Amino acid sequence: MTGLSLLIPIALGLGLLGLAAFFWALGDGQFDDTDGAAVRILIDED
Amino acid sequence: MATKALIPDPATEETTESLFAVPGIHCVSCIAKIEEGLPRQPGIVSARVNMGAKRVAIRHDPALTPPDLRAAIAALGFEAEPLADAGMDVAAAESRRLTRALVVAGFAAMNIMLLSVSVWSGAAGATREMFHWLSALIALPTVAYAGQPFFRSAWAALRQGRTNMDVPISIGVLLTTGMSLYETVTGGAHAWFDGAVMLLFFLLAGRSLDSMMRGRARAGVAALLKQTAPGALVLAADGSSRWIRADALRPGMTILAAAGERLAADGRVLEGESGLDIAFLTGESAPVRVRPGDSVQAGALNIDGPIRVEVTAAGADTVIADIARLMEEAGQSKSRYVRLADRAARLYAPCVHLLAALSFAGWMIAGAGVHQSLLIAVAVLLITCPCALGLAVPAAQIVACGALMRRGVLVKDGSALERLAEVSEAVFDKTGTLTLGRPVPQGLRRLWSDDRSILLALSQASRHPLSVALRQALEAKGVTPAALDHIREIAGEGVFAEYEGLSVSLARPRSLINLFGLAAEYRRGDQAMLLSFTDALRPDAADTLDALRGMGMKLLIASGDRPDALEAIARETRATAIGHLRPADKLALIGRLKGKGEKVLMVGDGLNDGPALAAGHASMAPASASDASQLAADAVFLGDRLAPVALTVHVARRTVAVVKQNFALAIGYNVLAVPLAIAGKVTPLVAAVAMSTSSLIVIANALRLKGVVK
Repeated sequence: MTGLSLLIPIALGLGLLGLAAFFWALGDGQFDDTDGAAVRILIDED
Repeated sequence: MATKALIPDPATEETTESLFAVPGIHCVSCIAKIEEGLPRQPGIVSARVNMGAKRVAIRHDPALTPPDLRAAIAALGFEAEPLADAGMDVAAAESRRLTRALVVAGFAAMNIMLLSVSVWSGAAGATREMFHWLSALIALPTVAYAGQPFFRSAWAALRQGRTNMDVPISIGVLLTTGMSLYETVTGGAHAWFDGAVMLLFFLLAGRSLDSMMRGRARAGVAALLKQTAPGALVLAADGSSRWIRADALRPGMTILAAAGERLAADGRVLEGESGLDIAFLTGESAPVRVRPGDSVQAGALNIDGPIRVEVTAAGADTVIADIARLMEEAGQSKSRYVRLADRAARLYAPCVHLLAALSFAGWMIAGAGVHQSLLIAVAVLLITCPCALGLAVPAAQIVACGALMRRGVLVKDGSALERLAEVSEAVFDKTGTLTLGRPVPQGLRRLWSDDRSILLALSQASRHPLSVALRQALEAKGVTPAALDHIREIAGEGVFAEYEGLSVSLARPRSLINLFGLAAEYRRGDQAMLLSFTDALRPDAADTLDALRGMGMKLLIASGDRPDALEAIARETRATAIGHLRPADKLALIGRLKGKGEKVLMVGDGLNDGPALAAGHASMAPASASDASQLAADAVFLGDRLAPVALTVHVARRTVAVVKQNFALAIGYNVLAVPLAIAGKVTPLVAAVAMSTSSLIVIANALRLKGVVK
């Protein structure tokens, strides 16, 4: 039982962290231009 | 981002952002060119390209007008059109809300399922109670948040005295959650939180797919806004000029329209002579000559010379706004169309609710007690919740739309696909639909190769539609341009230059030989040669019409052209043709066919087809069509071939067949599962397994559609 009281909050917390990270990315416009993101890596910056 | 802070920002509040559509963006070097090149221009702070939407957002000094920015983009080698405010991305916001709800439901479903698995595998006593409480803690906020799209739609339907698919979903989810909460509080053996949240997750997945499909149509909405210019340069009485937005233009003002600019209002030419491209109105590619005194329409593209125009009507009074209104009214019947899933739900929901009520009553009569009877009724509701209706329909439709997209057909949404499957008669426009809608030069083979090189060099110097057609045809043949001297274009006359000391030109024919055909005259020294242009039939038009006939459809050609121009095409395609139709006549024709009980598929391209496209039971437009027509059409097809029309109807019919199979599968599953539920044998474990398997089966069935297009 003591293990559970530690592990369950950790598991839920990690899940929530992922959820928060996704919302952050969504709000930040990371998914607005998926085609562009794929090719931007090829831009030569001198 | 971090380096930005080091450079003193040129006071953000003094800059504004403008959006431009740049269709020419297609590779990484385009992005780099625009994003690095634009900020070098004075007054431009930054530029950001969205490659998916083919747009550029420019942050700049408010003193720069849209034509300035357009010129700046043109200087980098890209054609651009200013976009009106991006404030109407309603669909994007809706799509984003659904994604958020889907992710929340997914997170909750996974966590609750973990807890539920421990309960099913034998957790008892205090542990089980704690797990139920934890599940409730996750499920209640999730249902309150992720269930909103369903609750809102169900409530809206109920208030109008109708029922749709969301009504049984909402009742099922809410009752299940409420009952589970009661069980948790009283320490009961079974809680159904996992079922309720998983149901939301599956249904939201279906909804998101549906909304993603509609998201593709969003670019088309933006395209309509670009048809009229966002403003114009207005000439004041003292000779000074300033930029005024289109909505602030008033009759009586004098506006200046440079070559290459679109008119922002209807008016009358005061000064100057030019050619106007009004393809958006007529679908005809040849420019119309205007002189002082002629009337011009908002949205027309000024091709050769600057003109001064006195505004006679602006904003909502313009011809283009009139057509938009006509289209909106004609489109009413489409919005009244009831989707397949909702039609099924109208039959399904009362049955399910009756069944749940009967099992409650039955167990009460059998003496099971209120609590036990209610539990069984809830189990029946959860088992029968229309997962298949919510998930299988969009799954089948997005598979079909994806497959069609790879073949160059963009279908706007699922409802369009359903309507396309029902059509019984196809009405085709001629110019631009059965034909290519652009002049194709004839007899280039008769020219010597150095003549071709000279012609290419001459045609490169002009934006006249015939020059553009000639340039495209010659470039496609791999001709290299010759070196010319003293190239100059005289508006309305042609392009003149010198080649090795000899004067050459591509000009308006001196004698009018063919009254209706388009032609240009090529002169080299004292030799002259007439180049004729025709609007050719699409290569596979006759085959496509035959294929449609083979599918049991009636065919009709409706055109605004002269009847004698239709004769050859009618003979070649063996279809009846009607000529001399104005936009309102086409609309009336569709109305008459509808009255005879036909479901009409309208295929057209010009803005004059717009109202008919909106009125048809379903409609398609080629990608070369006017923006408004592409917006009104249910599907847009790319390329020079007409075959996608027949393919789309075929795929749409197969999709509806698969959707109906999925309904049958869902009903079959209910026939098996409902007796178990009524007998009180359905535990949360059985419900979870049954729900997942039925969802997987209908998705697998939908995936079979991938093969149809091959």
